[in-house]
Amino acid sequence: MRPGLILSWALITLVALWALVPGVFTGYDPIAGTPAEKLRAPGPGHLFGTDAVGRDLFARVVHGAVHSLSGAFVAVAVGLLLGTLLGLVAGSVRGALDEIVMRVVDVLLSVPGLLLALTVIILLGPGTVNVAVAVGVGSVASFARLARSEVVRVRRTDYVEAAFGSGGRFAAVLWRHVLPNSLVPVVALAALQFGVAILAISTLGFLGYGAEPPTPEWGLLISEGRNYLATAWWLTTLPGTVVVAVVLAASRISRSIGREDG
Amino acid sequence: MSGSARYLLSRAGQAVLVLWAAFTAGYVLLQLLPGDAILIKFQNPELGLSPEQIAEIRSYYGTDGPGAYLHTLLGFLRGDFGYSIDTGTPVAERLAEGLPATAKLAGTAFALAVLIAVAVAFASCHTRLSRLRGALQAVPSLFVSVPAFWLGIVLIQVFSFRLRLVPVIGGSEVQQLLLPVLTLAVPISAPIAQILARSLDQVRAQPFVPVVAAKGASPGWILWRHVARNALPPTLTVAGLTFGELIAGSVVTETVFGRNGVGRLTEQAVNAQDTPVLLAVVVLAATVFVLVNLVVDLLYPVLDPRLRRAVA
Repeated sequence: MRPGLILSWALITLVALWALVPGVFTGYDPIAGTPAEKLRAPGPGHLFGTDAVGRDLFARVVHGAVHSLSGAFVAVAVGLLLGTLLGLVAGSVRGALDEIVMRVVDVLLSVPGLLLALTVIILLGPGTVNVAVAVGVGSVASFARLARSEVVRVRRTDYVEAAFGSGGRFAAVLWRHVLPNSLVPVVALAALQFGVAILAISTLGFLGYGAEPPTPEWGLLISEGRNYLATAWWLTTLPGTVVVAVVLAASRISRSIGREDG
Repeated sequence: MSGSARYLLSRAGQAVLVLWAAFTAGYVLLQLLPGDAILIKFQNPELGLSPEQIAEIRSYYGTDGPGAYLHTLLGFLRGDFGYSIDTGTPVAERLAEGLPATAKLAGTAFALAVLIAVAVAFASCHTRLSRLRGALQAVPSLFVSVPAFWLGIVLIQVFSFRLRLVPVIGGSEVQQLLLPVLTLAVPISAPIAQILARSLDQVRAQPFVPVVAAKGASPGWILWRHVARNALPPTLTVAGLTFGELIAGSVVTETVFGRNGVGRLTEQAVNAQDTPVLLAVVVLAATVFVLVNLVVDLLYPVLDPRLRRAVA
């Protein structure tokens, strides 16, 4: 493993721990602040400084991890399950159904992800879960297209022919042979989409469609810090740096999947 | 010639089909499902409207009855996108107000993105310092990992508040456009730079390059005449695909910088659950995306003589 990859895994592990046991990393409350300590610059007492009502920004970033990570998990799960299912069906059944599914995928790809997410949000209304689902719907097309191309490739291999030849039923062969052998690139895309989802969720949070204040969601944190641009640079810069680092780590890990040397 | 005419026709037909499907899907999702904008706006008990009156409003907006779909589709073909439920004005009017500003922002940003991408890709392919090369190769994945809204905020912070180079309010048109264009261009440049750098490397590894060099061609001639020309088609494809991101990015950029345009209109439409406006924006975005990629597809045989024979 290369140093960059080790660093990426370390960062993702750290952020996952923030989400699971935030209390270990910070003693401050993310919601209740100390007004006397408002707008302190980053320093030994407050690693990331404090905001306008005296809340510790590092505590808010740590407690916010659970919102971004769980949202990204839901989004990737929606995209992975729906997309892989569509791709598997299209790639193995072929014929007219394949044509229809792939034209639907074309349509989904022709609308930018953010607009697709906004369409879902206008339908379902704002909220953390809805934002995650909306982001997931935006990635269905990429998953479907990749899964289909993999399934078409695997179906032509000798061992699948052999499995059919030795009397395997259609669904059983799909489940036991085609699906597992098509998954590696799909998993790599899932890792990449995890970073993309964190980015998209923070964007929608910034636009105000996600969590309600005072939830410490990362996009919302940056949005709230916008009012103190001239005086408190840390309120926007530091949470944003965390988002960039997590997304970079996810894309680095994604590139290493399916490659022996990492 | 009839072969390439047939190719052109079939690609154009596919594009029309995708657009029709995008419109229909958007229409079904945004106009037919319950809980639409008309209910949200007029169901308020304070207005004291009876269900009959709401039905009347619905027919006024043309969102009711079996003929509504056809009515709306024909309207879209004529450039009539219905009425905004939020303001009551024609959607086409609101779009026309926002389009010039967004086109200027997105067009300039795209040009800058291409410049950045070409600079990064050529520099990373031609530097002999391996450290610099590694750093340049990491640039695209860094650019694509930066949230656009955050980049905009950081740029305002640095250039407006710290260095005081760009005024926050007022300033010349160029000054106003500078930071939004940079915000929009950075994420767009990433995929273009990545594909261009990879294509340049692949083309340079092909056997015809040493042959041309052995015949006495200068490095500059090889680069422009042979390597860059062969690396262009895949880069063009990716550049076409970024047009969708350009439209989505302008939603964020215009919101961060408080600029008026189609992006801002989209954000306001979502806040007000103004479905006719969002439907028009979605169809507009799909149209731009499909048309740009159709042009890219049709350019392929022009750029690569080998494809001309395959098409014909």
